[in-house]
Amino acid sequence: MSLDRRDFFKTMGIAGLTLAIGNESSAKPVGNQETEFFGMLFDATLCIGCGSCLKACSKSNQLPAPEGEIEPGVIQKTSESRRAVINNYNTSKGEVYIRNQCMHCNEPACAAACLTKAMHKTKEGPVVWDADRCMGCRYCMVSCPFDVPKFEYHSANPRIQKCDMCYSRIEKGKIPACAEACGDALIFGTRRELIAEARKRITENPDDYVDQIYGEHVAGGTGVIYLSPVPFKELGVKQGLQNASYPSLSKGFLYSVPSVFIILPTLLLGIHEATKTNEQNHEH
Amino acid sequence: MNISSKQIESLKLREPGTPMIKFLWEQLKPRGAWLTPFNLISIPIIFLGIGLIVIRFWKGIGSITNLTQETPWGLWIGFDVVTGVAFAGGAYVITFMVYILKIRKYHSIVRVTVLNGFLAYVFYAGALLLDLGRPWNVVNPIIGNGFGTSSVLFLVAWHFLLYMIAELIEFSPAIAEWLGAKRAHKILSGMTIAAVIFGITLSTLHQSGLGALYLMAKDKIHPLWYSEFIPVLFLVSSVFAGLSMVIFEGSITHKVFSDKISDSNHKAHHGIIHGLSKICTAAMFAYFFLQLLVFIHGKHWTYLNTSMGYWYLVEMIGFVVIPMLIYFIGYRRNKLLLIRIAAILTMLGIIINRLNVTVIGFRWDATPHYVPSWMEIVVTLTVIFTEIWIFRWVINRMPVLQESPSWVEESK
Ligand code: SF4
Ligand code: SF4
Ligand code: SF4
Repeated sequence: MSLDRRDFFKTMGIAGLTLAIGNESSAKPVGNQETEFFGMLFDATLCIGCGSCLKACSKSNQLPAPEGEIEPGVIQKTSESRRAVINNYNTSKGEVYIRNQCMHCNEPACAAACLTKAMHKTKEGPVVWDADRCMGCRYCMVSCPFDVPKFEYHSANPRIQKCDMCYSRIEKGKIPACAEACGDALIFGTRRELIAEARKRITENPDDYVDQIYGEHVAGGTGVIYLSPVPFKELGVKQGLQNASYPSLSKGFLYSVPSVFIILPTLLLGIHEATKTNEQNHEH
Repeated sequence: MNISSKQIESLKLREPGTPMIKFLWEQLKPRGAWLTPFNLISIPIIFLGIGLIVIRFWKGIGSITNLTQETPWGLWIGFDVVTGVAFAGGAYVITFMVYILKIRKYHSIVRVTVLNGFLAYVFYAGALLLDLGRPWNVVNPIIGNGFGTSSVLFLVAWHFLLYMIAELIEFSPAIAEWLGAKRAHKILSGMTIAAVIFGITLSTLHQSGLGALYLMAKDKIHPLWYSEFIPVLFLVSSVFAGLSMVIFEGSITHKVFSDKISDSNHKAHHGIIHGLSKICTAAMFAYFFLQLLVFIHGKHWTYLNTSMGYWYLVEMIGFVVIPMLIYFIGYRRNKLLLIRIAAILTMLGIIINRLNVTVIGFRWDATPHYVPSWMEIVVTLTVIFTEIWIFRWVINRMPVLQESPSWVEESK
């Protein structure tokens, strides 16, 4: 045997362990209720559908100006050239406007999916994308329960496009362009403040709001939260999502990897040795 | 069949001592008849495919695929990678039986199975590169420009890479024999067991890992195909997917390359296929049982009476239960034909299953639903045909089906 078997397995064991430790630390929730990080609150009772936030967004991110009117029943989607949209739904309480953009999940599926950490949650809260790392595998798109990341299919140097909560502005101490443009229906702050504010609005005006903060628990909690005058299912908001975080779905598998890496080779080597003596016994 | 003296000449492996450059030059030259049906079909498709690949890198993935923002992974991942890798599962099962359990019976097919597994990985991982929007960053997860250790894809990528190395080591004695490299042969053969053990471990992890990739897509996959057990189901089905491929591929190589196979191996062929059919029956039974448990556990009765439900029944009964029964009868009556039919049905079933999880059942509710473009299909065929070309080239030159050169025995 030219390769030292013991060394081989030692290295392999270490490889397995490193993966174990790696998983443990990075799979931990990046943020939870107690950590201070930024988010946004959208209050559908206050939005008048003026679209200023959308214009500010495209301007500040050098994207084409939004096309198409905000009309009832015409449902627009975010795309590789639009990070946010506003739609008008005909509801039980008349026309209601609702925004759609990245939810900046507390424990984002897109970030857990990304194998290069190109997509990651910053300590400030925004989930951002890093062009130098991304290899364009689009696994973040497969995994995001809100279908948020968009891919530039018609470019030789494609980017993933999604709302980054204007991270570069936040770094400079400014607030997101859309929240600045709106200032009423869309406000920016720490998630804790926003949840408190949302709850206050619900308690103070129980007739104007449904008693639910969308984003408080869904998908493990999100950085962008919503208030609405009508049940959320009337507003085309994703329904039926789990409250546990999405990365928790693949944790069991990831945790089992290191043990397989240690147990299986040992087992195989054991059987190999056992069958070897068998063979020799037969021969002699 | 008459073998010309020229063919016999070409079959001779390099004895240590002939100059290397001359030998390699001889080996690179094409051999045999050119106007075979396979060549006539594959050559134009390969050229067309290469053209499409150029367009893809020039104008973006969207220029030749039908991928959408809702369905970012299509045929290239769902078929080339996820299905292709399941078919490559034969390598870990056969090496387990031969090197770990020491069942000598299957020894003669180890090399061809490992070669198949290796090429499958190289080509399907290559197909993955075509699917990457920013392929120049593909080394990032390897060199550490961001270790996304919480990503299943990160594990799969690493395991693919390591597995290809393990398979190459397992296959390398054949290359050494072809080159007449005695010393290298000795060293490489000594590494086989370590590579086999490493390889089997990696295989179990990435066969299940390919399923685990879809765990986070819980709300996007039709409930009949989504469960937290996808990884286990993928692993178990890779056993019979791989072995069915070995049976299918073995039956074809047996015809096409019959002049390369020694008499004793010819005789062993029947017994091998017979033995494999037994393992397939057992593995398929276990798989069916698991699927049943998942179905009952998930309380999926209501979905059955829908079009997706009928499709599910077609998959489960038509392509799991029926081939399992045919395998079983084929095994009991020792009928090769039945076993081969079962193998083909099983392989179709695996294709259907993997596509159901990754393409057909993925965002089944999205309108319009993703359907691959003809160009995606041509590129897929290009990948498969090129792989067959390389496979044929290797089989014709290296001791894969034929016996090792005499010096191998002598130097032992
Ligand atoms: S909504 Fe999607 S893209 Fe945005 S942070 Fe959550 S998982 Fe990521
Ligand atoms: S496409 Fe880019 S950002 Fe998304 S998972 Fe892949 S590497 Fe990460
Ligand atoms: S936070 Fe910035 S990127 Fe996101 S929607 Fe608002 S303006 Fe656009």
